[in-house]
Amino acid sequence: MKNSPYIPATNSDQVEMLKTIGVNSFKDLLTDVPKSHLFPELKLQEMLSEPELVDYFNHLSKKNITFKKKTSFLGGGAYNHYIPSTVKAMIQRGEFLTSYTPYQPEASQGTLQVGFEFQSMITQLFEMDVCNAGMYDGPTALAEAALMACRIKKNKKILIHNSVSKKLLEVLNSYSKWQDVEIINFEDINSMNEDDYSCLLVQSPSQNGEIIDVENLSNLIHKKNGLLIQHTYPISLGLIKPPGQLNVDIATGEGQSIGVPLSFGGPYIGLLTCKKEFIRQLPGRIIGQTVDKKGKTSYALTLQTREQHIRRENATSNICTSTQLIGLMVSVYLATIGPEGLKQISETCFHRAHYFASEINKIDGFKLISNNFFNEFVIEADKNINEINNYLLSNNIESGLNISSGKKNLIMFAVTEMNNPKDIDETLSLLRRINDQ
Amino acid sequence: MINKHLPLLMDQSQKGRKSINLPEIGVEKSTLPNKKFLRESIQLPEVSQLDLIRYFTNLSSLNFSIDTNFYPLGSCTMKYNPKINEQISTFEGFSSSHPNQTDENVQGCLEVMYNLQNELAEITGLKSVSLAPLAGAQGEYAGLLIAREYHKFNGNNHKNIALIPDSAHGTNPASAAMAGLNAVTIKTTSEGDIDIEDLKEKVSKDTAVLMLTLPSTLGLFEPNILEITKIVHDHGGLVYADGANLNALLGIAKFGDLGIDICHSNLHKTFSTPHGGGGPGAGPVMVTKNLERFLPYPHVKKENESFISYTPENTIGRLNGFLGSFGILLRAYTYIRSLGSGGLKEISENAIINANYIQEKLKSHYKLTSTRYCMHETVLSASRQKENGIKALDIAKKLLDEGFHAPTMYFPLIVDEALMIEPTESESKETIDSFIDCMIMISELSSKNPEEITNAPINLPVQRLDEALAARNPILSWKKD
Repeated sequence: MKNSPYIPATNSDQVEMLKTIGVNSFKDLLTDVPKSHLFPELKLQEMLSEPELVDYFNHLSKKNITFKKKTSFLGGGAYNHYIPSTVKAMIQRGEFLTSYTPYQPEASQGTLQVGFEFQSMITQLFEMDVCNAGMYDGPTALAEAALMACRIKKNKKILIHNSVSKKLLEVLNSYSKWQDVEIINFEDINSMNEDDYSCLLVQSPSQNGEIIDVENLSNLIHKKNGLLIQHTYPISLGLIKPPGQLNVDIATGEGQSIGVPLSFGGPYIGLLTCKKEFIRQLPGRIIGQTVDKKGKTSYALTLQTREQHIRRENATSNICTSTQLIGLMVSVYLATIGPEGLKQISETCFHRAHYFASEINKIDGFKLISNNFFNEFVIEADKNINEINNYLLSNNIESGLNISSGKKNLIMFAVTEMNNPKDIDETLSLLRRINDQ
Repeated sequence: MINKHLPLLMDQSQKGRKSINLPEIGVEKSTLPNKKFLRESIQLPEVSQLDLIRYFTNLSSLNFSIDTNFYPLGSCTMKYNPKINEQISTFEGFSSSHPNQTDENVQGCLEVMYNLQNELAEITGLKSVSLAPLAGAQGEYAGLLIAREYHKFNGNNHKNIALIPDSAHGTNPASAAMAGLNAVTIKTTSEGDIDIEDLKEKVSKDTAVLMLTLPSTLGLFEPNILEITKIVHDHGGLVYADGANLNALLGIAKFGDLGIDICHSNLHKTFSTPHGGGGPGAGPVMVTKNLERFLPYPHVKKENESFISYTPENTIGRLNGFLGSFGILLRAYTYIRSLGSGGLKEISENAIINANYIQEKLKSHYKLTSTRYCMHETVLSASRQKENGIKALDIAKKLLDEGFHAPTMYFPLIVDEALMIEPTESESKETIDSFIDCMIMISELSSKNPEEITNAPINLPVQRLDEALAARNPILSWKKD
C-alpha cells in the first residue's frame, strides 16, 4: 500500500507501466539527474492520518485567541463583516473550486460568466466604466494603479496624499523601487506646474477612517494634468459617493470586506477599476461578452495582448491570476445583500461607530481625534494602549489597533454590523471602569 | 448540461426581492456627513435566495473541473485537491483570525507558517523561506528583488541583466522588467536544454541572475545543471529556479544541492491547493541562508517556544497588505502533513511514470520533441496532423468534446504546434488509458475525417467563440438593453 491516499496506481499498475516504457525500475527514468544529488534525504514532519490531521489542526487553531473572542474592534485594512451562508455554500462547489483558468472558454462558461458578473457588480458599485477580473489584494491593486498612471502619463512621479496608509505605501514602494519611480508627499498643489506628476493617490475613507473630499482633490490634480487614484473600502460605498461620481480616473479597493473571511490576511482580492480610455493600460485578466459560432451569448478572456504570456517583458504586469475564487465570493455576496442590504450594512457600520465614538469621547482620559469618519476612528488616551487592550482582551473583547506614535497613546477602533449594540455597551462600561484599574 | 444562456443577475432582478435579512442599526442615529459626500442610489441585483443559489449552481455545471474531468494540462499540475484541506481551512480559529492581531494572540497561525517554512526548506534544500508572495509571479518577482538587493548590498549595482532561456514562461521576462532588469535571451537546444556556448557568450560581470525552469518547460531535467550554475556563480551572478515544475522533484533532487540560490514554489500546483478557476494561489520564495536578510516581510521565527513574525534586516519590503495568503498556506501545510516524506516521494515517482507512459504510448502517433525520458510532463507536436490541416488548437477542442480538458497548447514557444501533457500522480491507469485512446482516435481522425475535429466542440454548452469580436468591441459588464 502507498503512503499517499491520493495516488490510485497500484504496484501492479506501476510494474506494467514501467514495462511498457521499457525500463526495469523507476530510477532508470532519471538518467539526466546528476547521480551525486539523486534521491537526497528528505526529513519532513511525520505523516498524519485524516482523523489525526483534524485533531492536530483543531489544536493549532485553538492557540489563536480569536477562537474565544466575544467581539472585535480590529480594523486597519481588514474588517470583520458577516459572510452569508450563500457565499459559503457556493465556494464549496468543486466545479468552481477545482477548475482551471478559463483559457478554454467552451469548457469554462461557469467561471467566465461569474467573472463577468463580478466585473458588472464592481463597476456598478464604484460607478466606474470598466474593471478587471481581480488582483491579488487591495494594496497590490493600488500599486499597479499607480504604475498604470505612470505609463499613461509617461511620467514616473507619483504624489501621495496624507490619507494613504503606511502599508499601502510600503507595497507601492516594493512594486516601483527598481523602476525609477519617484514617490513624493502631497503638500502644496499651487506650487505645482502642469505635467509635474503623473497622479495623486488618495485613500478615502482615509487610513484614520475619515471621509476625504476626493472631488476637490481630483479637480486640483486635473488642472495640473495629472490623474486621481482613489483607494477605497467597498462597504463604505453603501453610504458614501462612489469614485465614479468624484471624477476619479482609477479606483482601487480591498475586496475582503465584501464576502471574504479574515483568514489571517488572505487570500483577499484587489479591486481595480478605471475610466474606459485607460483600458489598454489596465493590468490583469479581463472577461468580455461575445457570441459562439451559433450566435449564442458567451464569455471569454479578452484584450489578452496586454498580458505577460503574449507581451512578455512589454506586458502591463507580470500578474497571471484574477483571484477568481475570491471574485466568486464577492459576486455571491453582492448579489445576496443587494442594493438595500449594502445600504443597511453601511449605515449600521456608520451609526454604531459614531455612537461608540461619541460615548468613548465622554469618558475621562479618552478623546476622539477623527473628524467626518465612516466606521473607523482614532482615540487619544491618557493610559498606555497595551494596558487598555489587555484589559479588554481579559474580558474577551478584541480592542482596536494600537497606533501610538511618540508620546501619543493612540488607538483606532473599527465598528461593523458584527459589533452588536450590547457588545458596544459592554465595552463602554469596561472603558469607563478602566480608570479605576 | 444547460443549453440556453442563463440571463445575468441584473436581467433577473426585480425590485422588492431579497436574499437575506440583516441586523437593524440598533443605536441612536448620528448626523450623516454633508450631503455632498452621500450616495443617492446603488444599482445591484435584487434576487431571491433560491434563484441566486440556482443561478450559481447552474453556472458551475457549465465548467470543467478536477472534481469532474481529467486535465492533462502541462506546466499547471492539475492534481486532485483533497477535501480535508478545505475542511481545515474553514476552522473558525483560522478563518476568523485578524491579520492585525498581535503575535502572542495568533500563535496557532504563526506555528502553521513556521512549520510550513521548514517543510519547504527541507523539500527544496534552500534553508530560508518567506511565505509572503501571493502567487507564482509574485514569488518570482520577490526572487528577483532579492537578487537586486543582494548585489546592491555588495556594492554591485551595475549587475542589471537577467539571463532568460527562450523557452521560459512569459512571467519570467515580465517579472524581470518590473524589477528593472534587462532581459537577455539565452538560446536553448531543440530539446529545451540551455545552450552552454550561448550562455558562456552572454554571461558577464553585469549578470545579476539567470532564471531557469527545472525541469525545463519541455519537461526534461537540465543535464548540465551543475555546470550552468557554476558558470553563473563564477561571474558573481545568482541562479533563480522557477519552481513551477517542482512536482517532478520531490525527494528526487533538491534545488539547493544543484547550485540554485533562489526559487519559488506554486502551492496551487505541487501542493494541491485549488486553482479556483484562476486563483488565489501562493508562491513562497526559498533562498540560501546568506540571502535570508533580504526576504520580504514577514519571516516567522521561533524564540523560547513562541513564534514571532518579523522583517528581515535588509528586506526587499512588503509585497502585500498583511502576511500572505494564509488560507492557501494552511491547505498546503495540511497536504504535506497528510503525506510525510514517504508520501511526498511517491508523488513525483508516479507523476513521472505516468508522463513517460503517455509519451511511450503516443510516440508513434504524434511527433515527440525529445526521445529522452521525460520528467513529469511530455511535450508533443501536432506537426504531422498539421499536414492534414489539423492544428494543436483543433486537437484541444476535440479533446474537450470527449470530456478531457485540453493540454497546454503553443507553449513552449520553441516547439511547433506544441501540446504539453502533464498527467500528475492523481490519475488512475484507466483514466490515462482512455485519454491515450482518445488522442490516438483524434490522430486517426485527422487524416480520415478532419472536419469532425475542426467542428469540435459540439457537446459543450457553447461552440467555438468569436474571440476577435470580444476584443474588437469589448463588452465588459452588464448594460441595460
